[in-house]
This record gives sequence, structure tokens and C-alpha cells, in this order.
Amino acid sequence: MRGGPEVAAPHSVILPHGNFRTGLAVRCDKTRGGRVMDWLTRFPHMNDDTLLLLKKTIDEGFRTFTRAYGDSIEAFFEPLQYFLIQSERFMTGTPWPIILLIVAVISWLASRSWRIVASAVVTLLLIGFFDMWEDTMKTISMIFVCTVLSIVLGLPIGIVMARSDRLQHLVNPILDVMQTMPSFVYLIPVVMLLGIGKVPGLIAVVVYAIPPMIRLTNLGIRQVDRDVLEAADAFGSSGWQKLKNVQMPLALPTIMAGINQTIMMALAMVVIASMIGVQGLGQPVLKAIANQYFTLGVFNGLAIVGIAIIFDRVSQAYGKRLQKHLEVVHG
Amino acid sequence: MADTQASPANAIRIRNLYKIFGPRAAQCVDLVKQGMSKAELNATHGHVLGLKDINIDMPGGGIFVIMGLSGSGKSTLIRHINRLIDPTAGEVIVGGEDVVKMNPHDLREFRRHKTAMVFQKFALLPHRNVLDNTVYGLEVRGLPRARQEQTAMRWIERVGLSGFEKSFPNQLSGGMQQRVGLARALANDAPILLMDEAFSALDPLIRMDMQSVLLDLQKEIRKTVVFITHDLDEALRLGDRIAILRDGEVIQQGTAQDIVLKPADDYIASFVKEVNRGRVIQVEAVMRPAADGAHRSALPVPAGTTLDDAARALALAGRDELAVTDASGRPVGILAMADLVTAMVPPGDARKGGAGPAG
Ligand SMILES: Nc1ncnc2c1ncn2[C@@H]1O[C@H](COP(=O)(O)OP(=O)(O)O)[C@@H](O)[C@H]1O
Ligand SMILES: [Mg+2]
Repeated sequence: MRGGPEVAAPHSVILPHGNFRTGLAVRCDKTRGGRVMDWLTRFPHMNDDTLLLLKKTIDEGFRTFTRAYGDSIEAFFEPLQYFLIQSERFMTGTPWPIILLIVAVISWLASRSWRIVASAVVTLLLIGFFDMWEDTMKTISMIFVCTVLSIVLGLPIGIVMARSDRLQHLVNPILDVMQTMPSFVYLIPVVMLLGIGKVPGLIAVVVYAIPPMIRLTNLGIRQVDRDVLEAADAFGSSGWQKLKNVQMPLALPTIMAGINQTIMMALAMVVIASMIGVQGLGQPVLKAIANQYFTLGVFNGLAIVGIAIIFDRVSQAYGKRLQKHLEVVHG
Repeated sequence: MADTQASPANAIRIRNLYKIFGPRAAQCVDLVKQGMSKAELNATHGHVLGLKDINIDMPGGGIFVIMGLSGSGKSTLIRHINRLIDPTAGEVIVGGEDVVKMNPHDLREFRRHKTAMVFQKFALLPHRNVLDNTVYGLEVRGLPRARQEQTAMRWIERVGLSGFEKSFPNQLSGGMQQRVGLARALANDAPILLMDEAFSALDPLIRMDMQSVLLDLQKEIRKTVVFITHDLDEALRLGDRIAILRDGEVIQQGTAQDIVLKPADDYIASFVKEVNRGRVIQVEAVMRPAADGAHRSALPVPAGTTLDDAARALALAGRDELAVTDASGRPVGILAMADLVTAMVPPGDARKGGAGPAG
């Protein structure tokens, strides 16, 4: 196992595996029902040995790949590691009143609503009062980095996708898979490749959370009024001028909805990603599951709900404000 | 400036233009050239015939109106002039250059400097205020911001929107939004102005008002204006020359008077019946040749005066005969009040007597 210096103590006593095996071991009695019945009740599946060989070969191939390229891949993600550490250092190192102030100011700028600002501050005060400040800051830092990365990657992909129907037909099924694949499954290859730590956690979260960003960027740009786009063309706009002056501004409310969803999905995924060493509110939840500490689980769970609501309200209020000029007031 | 823009450099010539909508348009164009009709093409090949063998000359510096009912291909035709739509076959020659053959870069430059467009549904940028909408063409051209704003403010004032620079389109009425559209196009100071049903979405009174704004402006700027409308009255009021389009074909082109006095077919005649002839027909079209020396009592009226204006002048002067004079003031014809009134009544309606269309 490889991993950075920040590797979390794997007190991840992950669910006991044994139960699954014994549960499935019960088999039907083979003597009753002839061969035909057997053929009908048991799906005629691939030869056991072949299947095993297939899985083994793929796994082995992936392991070889990991051994060969793991280090260079890790080096490739070095900047992310740096970004993550800096962000976390900022969130946990800054005195809490300043963090509160920053949150209040951002909420105000985005929403222009005192109610939202007040509820954000009160939520954070409660979280701090119940001694979850440090973990919450780590989670917020993680969500921040994940969201930034999702935007940086998702926006250009969405834009390119909006320009080509063929690309859209290609990317959409991939996004479907990314969204429906049980989130635990992402952890496996990431851990094999990069070990346990922040960066693999980040990658797993981004893979899970990026689809709405891509989808809604694509949708937003495709929904831009064709008449306005034609006007931009008629005045001789270049492709870049159209993107910058027309498509992006008009798609922005939809893109904001994508960012909002991405944040929500990232929040859901950080808990799962804590299994592979992402620190923050997910760790205590995991501990609570393993040791049946009900209250610990609920408190941390509620803290996650609290910051989810803050993120959601602030980003939605901002999206609404962006949309104001689109409502018809007159004529 | 007026002189340079009235030159043939800004004339538009359209030659043998065909547009067929559909994936195999290029193959279908020969069928159309051999005489296949729009309905037939749609039934047998599933392609839509947008324009068929269009040949139009638009002189520089005048208002050229293209009139036709909804679906007749007006929008398709005007979009060929700045190539928002690519033709299936044919040429669009603007100032000696074929727009159809331009590469993407030249086409962009052409659109930036030679044309500006006003749209039926305004097509303003909803997230920009009036000023920022008006500067759009100049911004795309990369002019310094100060120059952009200076020019834009002048045109905002000229179209009567001073004080609304900071308003957003959704805060303005339709008429005001279209003034923004007009200011945006005029700020570009392009020699060719394309207007696709620019006033059709407006209420009748506001529409009249905007027509006056355009006519007043045109006296100063003398651009080549291509104006699309489905309203014959609007066409006759604005157009120096008019082309009438039906099912993608030009069925008549000429001056307003040509169309009113000599409709090419029953279809056009049925439209023309309803128009106010007094505002279109000019005195010299219905005058009798002047007999030398006679008619000293006739009121002199310059050629080019409409029957409406001539009748008003006669009534004011209390006379019953007018003498049409040429540019040097020499009388070239005579028109009696009775003949003038007869000419104002549509031919088919003459027997109805009292129901004259005056006013
Ligand atoms: N993109 C298109 N694809 C197929 N048919 C079209 C397209 N654009 C226009 N048409 C057809 O071409 C004809 C002329 O349309 P248009 O130029 O918009 O008419 P108008 O502006 O005179 O109302 C109509 O029959 C319309 O259905
Ligand atoms: Mg139209």
C-alpha cells in the first residue's frame, strides 16, 4: 500500500464479509427436478473456470499497470495533493471567528438575504458548540476542492459536448454509468492505483460528483435562445465571442444548478470516501457504524446535513439572482 | 457620407438563387430547375423548397422592401445577404463581391463592417442593459470602450431612449426593445441594414411611429436598407422598390406605384385592392399631357407628389385643377380634381359611388 504522509489510521473496520458467503452458500437440492429444470432455474452461465480466469486476468493486468505506472500517476496528481493540503491548512488553521466572517460575507454576496446569512452562521456555531468544528472544516475544504476540480473539468467537457451531437451521444451513456455505479466501486481501482489518502478520495468524489456539472453545462448551452445566437452571428461574432458574450452568460443559471447538484453529490460521497482515508465528518460516522455509537453518528450526520443546507441555499439563491433579468417584467 | 453610401458599392445583386432545405438539397436543385413545384418536391423527396430562382437588384442607398405572406421565404431570402443561411445554388453579390464564396474569416469581417441586422423578435441580449446591447457590434469589432459608448449613446438618443441606458430589455416595452435593436444596428454604421419584419411585432400606432423614425433617419444616412414585411401598406410606405414573394418565388418587383397600378397577377391585385392608393400613386402617373399655354388657373405641383398630397393642396388653394411641373418648374401635365379622385378609388369599386377611400 502506498499513501501520502496524511494517511488516516485505517480504523475502518469495514463491514464483516463473512456473512455474505454463508448466506449465499445455501443451494437447492439437486436430486429433485431433472436436468431441464436445473437448466431453467439456474441461469446457464459462463464456465466457472473461464469466468475466474477472466476476472483474474483483468485484475492481474490492472495490477501490472499499477506497478508500472502507479508512481508516475501519483506524481501527476501531486499538484492536487498540494492544493488539498493548502486548502485544508487554511480552513483548519484560520481562527474560527474569521472563518465565520468569511462564510457570512460569501453568503451575503451570493444571496443578498440576511435570513440565509443568519442561518449559515447559526448552523456553524452549533456545529462548533458540539465540538465538530475541526472535522467540519476538513469536510468543507474537501468539498471546496472537489467542486473546483469538477467545474474546471466539467465546464469544458460540457461546452464541447454542446457543440457536437455525436459527442453528446458518446458521453451521455458514460455519465449514466458514472452516476448509477454504486459509489463504493469507484474506491477499488483508485485505491489500487494510488493507495489510501486524500488524493484517491478526491478522485473518487469527483468521478461521482462531476456528471451533473457536465450535463447541465451541456443543457444550458443547448438551451440558449437561437434568435439571440443568430443576432450574435449577424454582427460577426467569432466562436469565442459567442461563447463568452452569449452562451455562457445565458447558460449560467443552468450551470449554477449543475454546480449546486455537484456540491450535494460530493457531500454524499465524502462520507463514503472516508473509507479510503478522506478526513472530516465521514470518519466519525464510519467509527460510529463500526462501534454502534448511535449519538456520534447522528451528530456528525446532522453536521453534514447542516453544511449541505448552507451550500444548497447559498448556491440556489445565487442562481435565482442570476436569472432575474430573464423574467419578463414588461411587454 | 451620404454620397458614398448611395454608390453602387453598396448595391446588392442576387442571381439565380436557390435554397432547398434537406439533407440532399444539392441533388434536388436540378429537379427544381427542371420545373418541379414546392409541393411536389416535398411529397416525393421530403425536401422543402425555400427559394426558387431569385433574381433581384437592390440599388445602393435605397429602401428595398421584400413582401410576402408568412412562409413565403422572406426570412430565408434576407438571411442569404449576410449568409446566415447558405444557398443551395446561386450568387449574392454585395459591392462586387460574392458573399457565397467568402471564407469564414472574410465572412465575419463582412458581417462586422458591411451589414447590420434588426430582428422581428428583437433578439437582444437579455443579460445586458440597453447601453451594453447597443455597443455589441462595436465590441465585436474590438473598438476601444470609450468609442463604443460614445457612438452607442448618440444612437440611443437618436432613437429616443435617452435615460434608459441602464435598463434591461425585460424592463422595456416591445416598441422600446425594438428601438434598442435599431440603435444596435445603426451604431455599427454599416452601409447595409437588414430588417427582418422589424416592426411586425409592434402595435399599429407604435409601428407607424417606428416607420417614421426609419424614414427620417434614412434621409440622413442613406443606407441600403433591405426591409422585410408581410404588410403591403408598410411595404408601400417604406419601399423605394418592392419585390413580392410567394412560395419562394419573386412574382413581381418594381416601385410601389408599379405594383398598385399594374399588379402582375390576380394574387397581387387582390392585395392591392385594399391599399390606400392616394398615398402611393403620384400625379404624373395619372395626368393628361399639358396643352401649351392653356390652364393658367392650374395649381403647380411638382412631379412625385402623391395624389393625397395633391388633393390636399388643391382643396387648400380652392382650385380644381393642377399642373404637374418637372424639376425646372415647367408644366408637363394637367390633372383635374375629378380625375384625381377617380384615380384614388380602386378600379373595381368605382361604381359604388359615395364609398370613397379618402383618408
Ligand atoms: N431550417 C429549415 N428547415 C426546413 N424548412 C425551412 C427551414 N427554414 C425555413 N423553412 C421553410 O421555408 C419556407 C420559408 O420560410 P421563411 O423564410 O421563414 O418564411 P417567412 O419569413 O416568409 O415567413 C417555409 O415553408 C418554411 O417552413
Ligand atoms: Mg420570417
